[in-house]
Amino acid sequence: MGSHGIRDQVAIVGMGCTNFGELWDKGLDDLIVDAAKETFGSAGVTKDDVDAYWIGTAQSGMSGITLARPLQLQGKPVTRVENYCTTGSEALRAAAYAVASGAYDMAMAVGAEKVKDSGFQGLNANNPPGDGTARTLTAAAMFSMVAPAYCAKYGVDDEQMTDVLATISAKNHYNGARNPRAQFRREVSKATICASPRVAGRLGVFDCAGVADGAAAAIVVRAADAHRYTDKPIYIKALSFAAGSGSGLIDPGYDYTHFPECEMAARDAYAQAGITDPRHQLAFAEVHDCFTPTELVLMEDLGFAERGTAWKEVLAGAFALDGELPVNPDGGLKSFGHPVGASGLRMFFECWLQLRGEATPERQLHSDRTVALTHNLGGYPGEMVSFVSVVGSEPG
Amino acid sequence: MRGIVSAAGYVPYRRLARAQIAAFLGSGGGQGERAVASHDEDTTTMGTEAARLALRSAPGAVPDALWFATASPAYLDKTNATAIHAALRLPGEVPAFDFGGALRSATGALSAALGGGGCLLVVSADQRDGLPTSSDESAGGDAGAALLVGDNGPGGPVLAEHLGSGWATDEFTDRWRQPGDQRSRVWEERFGETRYLPLGREAWARALKSTGLGAGDVDRVAVTGMHPRAVKALTAKLGLAEGALADDLSATVGQAGCAHPLLVLASVLEDEARGQAEGELGPGRTVALVHLADGADVTVLGTTPALAGWRPARRVTDQVAAGAELPYGRYLSWRGMLTLEPPRRPEPQRVSSSAAWRSGEWKFGFVGSRDRSSGAVHLPPARVAMTGGAFDEMEPLALAGNLGTVVTFTVDRMAYSPSPPIVFAVVDFDAGGRFPVELTDVDADAVAIGDRVEMTFRRLFTADGIHDYFWKARPVRGAGDPASIGRGS
Repeated sequence: MGSHGIRDQVAIVGMGCTNFGELWDKGLDDLIVDAAKETFGSAGVTKDDVDAYWIGTAQSGMSGITLARPLQLQGKPVTRVENYCTTGSEALRAAAYAVASGAYDMAMAVGAEKVKDSGFQGLNANNPPGDGTARTLTAAAMFSMVAPAYCAKYGVDDEQMTDVLATISAKNHYNGARNPRAQFRREVSKATICASPRVAGRLGVFDCAGVADGAAAAIVVRAADAHRYTDKPIYIKALSFAAGSGSGLIDPGYDYTHFPECEMAARDAYAQAGITDPRHQLAFAEVHDCFTPTELVLMEDLGFAERGTAWKEVLAGAFALDGELPVNPDGGLKSFGHPVGASGLRMFFECWLQLRGEATPERQLHSDRTVALTHNLGGYPGEMVSFVSVVGSEPG
Repeated sequence: MRGIVSAAGYVPYRRLARAQIAAFLGSGGGQGERAVASHDEDTTTMGTEAARLALRSAPGAVPDALWFATASPAYLDKTNATAIHAALRLPGEVPAFDFGGALRSATGALSAALGGGGCLLVVSADQRDGLPTSSDESAGGDAGAALLVGDNGPGGPVLAEHLGSGWATDEFTDRWRQPGDQRSRVWEERFGETRYLPLGREAWARALKSTGLGAGDVDRVAVTGMHPRAVKALTAKLGLAEGALADDLSATVGQAGCAHPLLVLASVLEDEARGQAEGELGPGRTVALVHLADGADVTVLGTTPALAGWRPARRVTDQVAAGAELPYGRYLSWRGMLTLEPPRRPEPQRVSSSAAWRSGEWKFGFVGSRDRSSGAVHLPPARVAMTGGAFDEMEPLALAGNLGTVVTFTVDRMAYSPSPPIVFAVVDFDAGGRFPVELTDVDADAVAIGDRVEMTFRRLFTADGIHDYFWKARPVRGAGDPASIGRGS
């Protein structure tokens, strides 16, 4: 038994991503077709060349028909996957493993979400019938409990924490302003961020991910075949996934200052990829900044900073676009937007662009490091699923 | 000897200062305060809270039946007493019945209990509404009460022996309400007064005759009813000894309709108990309850020496003192008189009847599970342990009566709530276990890490006409003995 990974066995040879945003003029099918069309073009293949499909959507559709119908796929194996906000990553994980297994030569993962047709603010879960005792709290409220816990544990005062969270938000807005596909393409000052209306706890509007529609997709093949489709394939070094048992919610030992599921997924991913010093080996990281305190804690969970020090690193600019380890160079969930099923693949899309040197010049990183990380989570502190991948531009 | 074995009142936390009504609308209101059920309370939950308190101060008692009387039932057709029964975790062989929907129903249940056999838990609650500026709005109140009626025995000693009763009944229309109406209507006051006065005097005379006492022998008398003019006039005609009249709580709680006579009786017994315990009052005192509703019901009780040793779980007086003011605008919105803009979030789905039934012990009883091998507490109950991973090694753990401490908390301004924002806390229980739970009876800016909380039975929301009952936590306030864990409480 063991988690062995599929290091360098599978490569991404084509990707696409729609603009994210309040796309009132686009339905789910449009989003899927747009992302898929760009991806087929990127890999230079047709829909018939792809042997198997996975569609990740949290709640915009049921079954593989959600993808098969808009793309008119005839008799292909098409599977819908859902795993909270890690849904898009999960679709790619399934496609990559299917190719690595030898079952298929070429597989495609599509992630898509039409969020803005609900008529409500924020994200809304469609829950199965229940006994009426489940929490009805928003994700913002659950994650808002992280900041005071972190402050208490590490002696950070309120004013410092306000500055730390505003720095994270401002950084992601700065990056998003340099990304033509992002939902929010405007730099926002820390003063504006701090003055925004409160949503939950100390979190204001600018502490929360953008609520957006969007889709993204990737085509994967065996690494050995990759150069048939592109000169610059992106190699999958690690795909790791950890589902918590939900015990953090009811375990008096849990203190809301870390996400064990993320630590576990990171540890496994680093082992698969042979990463020993992520802070100094990764070119950049795309992380799940659903709320600003989430990104803060992730810097420690992913090993980018020692426990209790990430807040200082944030203030020192370590994770800024020109910092030692840029985090969310595409603007992250905060600024790029968060169409649930698409977000995980959107993170890969930034890796695809950056590692191939195809990001817009204003945000293109120039690093001699060739590997990058994506981190995608779903759920809440105490009850979470977490995904970590490592990808790189060089095999071996 | 048969009589009252335990008693408790439940006064909700919020108060409407009557002066606020005229300040807001230019008329109506008056002096003093009325108790206001929270947006998450109804007669079933208030009755449950009263019953929990009554059982907590009679730890040995196991009711043979639960009777619930209210004039503002949460459901028609469906029995409301069964939800109380479930929250108290009474065994299935104990029947639970609703007693009518009239202002006379609770005293009727009390009469039947005193005249019957076995240990009977008589619960009542009422929520009194009226149109803005009406006297019903300002004079009404929301409260619950519970009396445990039984014989001297293992369930506990009789605190107040039933000495006698008297009734008078007449058909006349003084106050009425159609099912579904939120407001009551009343006939000209003078007519009711002329009916209630002779009826009250007749019942009073019959009760005294049945006990062989004279009016001046009665040490403590409470007179209640939703016709204040008649109550006042009758009180003057009863021939009471100086100082015998008990506070009817109308200045502090308001007239809680059907439940009010039981609430006042509980309060009187608590005063007698304190008086005995402090040596100011002796046993063998006579206490009478007079209630005017479509006639008159008089119950005469004699206090016993056991009263000195009785420890009420939470006195009505203490609950009255622990209240906090509610702005009139919020009161109107809670009562459905003023509709506020809701958060732009979906409203909750209706509760699944079958799912709710399956998890009844959890949902109504707040019973989790504890893993025998690791001791890990699971809320809600689980089959596989989070520590050690043992399968099906769980034992039930009832935590409704346990206290907890706020570990961390947040205020959710976006989630759906009948009264936003939601204040939500992670609570660690003294007996072990953690549960993230909504707080109630709090102001968002008054919560702090380390606050002590207790569990309270509430109605979370209503969808498709189905009420969602579950537990919330609220700050421990006032005197009493909140730490004791009584059966079913």
